[in-house]
Amino acid sequence: MYEQIAFYLFSVLTIGLFLVTVLSKNLLYSMTALAAGMVMISGFFFLLGADFLGVVQLIVYVGAVMALYAFAMMFFDATRDVKEKNPNGAWIFLLGGMVALMMVLIFSAPIFSENIQAIYPSIAGATNPQSVGLVLFTKYLVPFEVAAVMLLVAMISGIILAGKKMDQSLTTEDDVLNTEIITEEDDK
Amino acid sequence: MEIVNLAVLPEVTSAGVAIKAIIILAIISAVAGFGTFIERKVLAFMQRRLGPMHVGPYGLLQIAADGIKLFTKEDIVPQNANKLIFKIAPSITAATAFIALAAVPVFPDFTIPEWIPLLGGVFVPSIAADVNVGILFILGMMAAGLYGPLLAGMAQANKWGIIGSARTAVQFLSYEVVTGLSMLAPIMLVGSLSLVDFNNYQDGGFTSWMIWQQPVAFVLFLIAGFAETNRTPFDLLEHEAEIISGFATEYSGMRWGMFFIGEYANMITISVILAVVFMGGYNDLGFMAGWFIVVFKIAFFFFLMLWVRASWPHIRPDQLMWLSWKILMPVAVVNIVITGIVMMI
Repeated sequence: MYEQIAFYLFSVLTIGLFLVTVLSKNLLYSMTALAAGMVMISGFFFLLGADFLGVVQLIVYVGAVMALYAFAMMFFDATRDVKEKNPNGAWIFLLGGMVALMMVLIFSAPIFSENIQAIYPSIAGATNPQSVGLVLFTKYLVPFEVAAVMLLVAMISGIILAGKKMDQSLTTEDDVLNTEIITEEDDK
Repeated sequence: MEIVNLAVLPEVTSAGVAIKAIIILAIISAVAGFGTFIERKVLAFMQRRLGPMHVGPYGLLQIAADGIKLFTKEDIVPQNANKLIFKIAPSITAATAFIALAAVPVFPDFTIPEWIPLLGGVFVPSIAADVNVGILFILGMMAAGLYGPLLAGMAQANKWGIIGSARTAVQFLSYEVVTGLSMLAPIMLVGSLSLVDFNNYQDGGFTSWMIWQQPVAFVLFLIAGFAETNRTPFDLLEHEAEIISGFATEYSGMRWGMFFIGEYANMITISVILAVVFMGGYNDLGFMAGWFIVVFKIAFFFFLMLWVRASWPHIRPDQLMWLSWKILMPVAVVNIVITGIVMMI
């Protein structure tokens, strides 16, 4: 019974918080609701007994949304509402229709639920991280490695894009850098 | 083996967990308040001053005076601030600090003696919530605690606050990698994420402590722990000399106090993790009982944080990023690789 209460509590909170994320025009409200919603989702993993995945959800998304805040801080004034441009009406119709279609599919999914069976049943006696590791390094080894290579590519390109003046310190050589920037602007 | 142990241990009842939660809340918030007094006294001693002396004997009642001041001070919310977020932010810091403590084993299991009325015979577990992934849960919760300073700085419509929250993001993105990677090597050795397993791994006395096997991981986690709790040398968020008070500039009264209760609770959590993971935990040491010696270990790490604050200057944000990404992270990765090779051989 406690599990059902907890499930409905987390569901209502998650949906409510993500609604705030989408509908609010205030940057601070929507970002905070996004972070809180991610924390609420980890509650579902804990309810299902997947402690490890729940904690990973917590750590990964707390960090990811924190990076998002850093970008928001650079581009917007957090205390004012963001003025949105009204996009084309056709887009709203299209997106609304697709969301409605997805809702129908999600709610009708239980009709076929009996056909779905676990091909790889959980191993008895294995702890949470162990069973995740077993599946990750046997059945899903190739996708796992491909994801690793993709992240490596992203990391290297990020370093190349940002690292043009890595040998100079921004704080100790202030004057040198300022004059350089000024001369560059003059050239343009 | 484990099944036998489970059969011998008494059942964990909800009453026991509730008692443990109350013990944690009561003791840690009291200690956090007392910690401010200890900090001022220790800093004063190291700087050849007297510290608080006027209220009560040796200034001991200063805590009470500070508490009365904090509770009765006018609570100001700035006019242009985002009022809801401004009010929520301090409670995020305090709440996550105590949620993290729920998964920390401080004292061994004990049973309340039968002669005590009402509660006699109730078994009190060492951890309030014994999740299997304790160490990750604690680190994740403490990371979530940084949302307090971040939101506080962004909500208060103050330039110093914005700089404080930008520094929060910088600090978080710098140390978080080091915390995880430095903890990975001990996790590989123990083969579990539960803090109780960490404690049991080191039950062979002084020589079985993790610090002798993983000295590099210990130093790395200690440095990352200082950054995690915003202690000096990494006290960037509210660096008085540069950015007034950073994220806490506009706060007053008890909202300000909640940030500091959270910070001191986090200091205690980091001290407990260091004691349990690296320094033998609450195992008996020679003739000394485990619960007795673990308090000394925690107190030592708490004192170490004050000691470092008295001896080291602040560092700049770019120095923190440089230290974390260019020195500590590669060292942590090398440490993991060497640990893995040694374990495979």
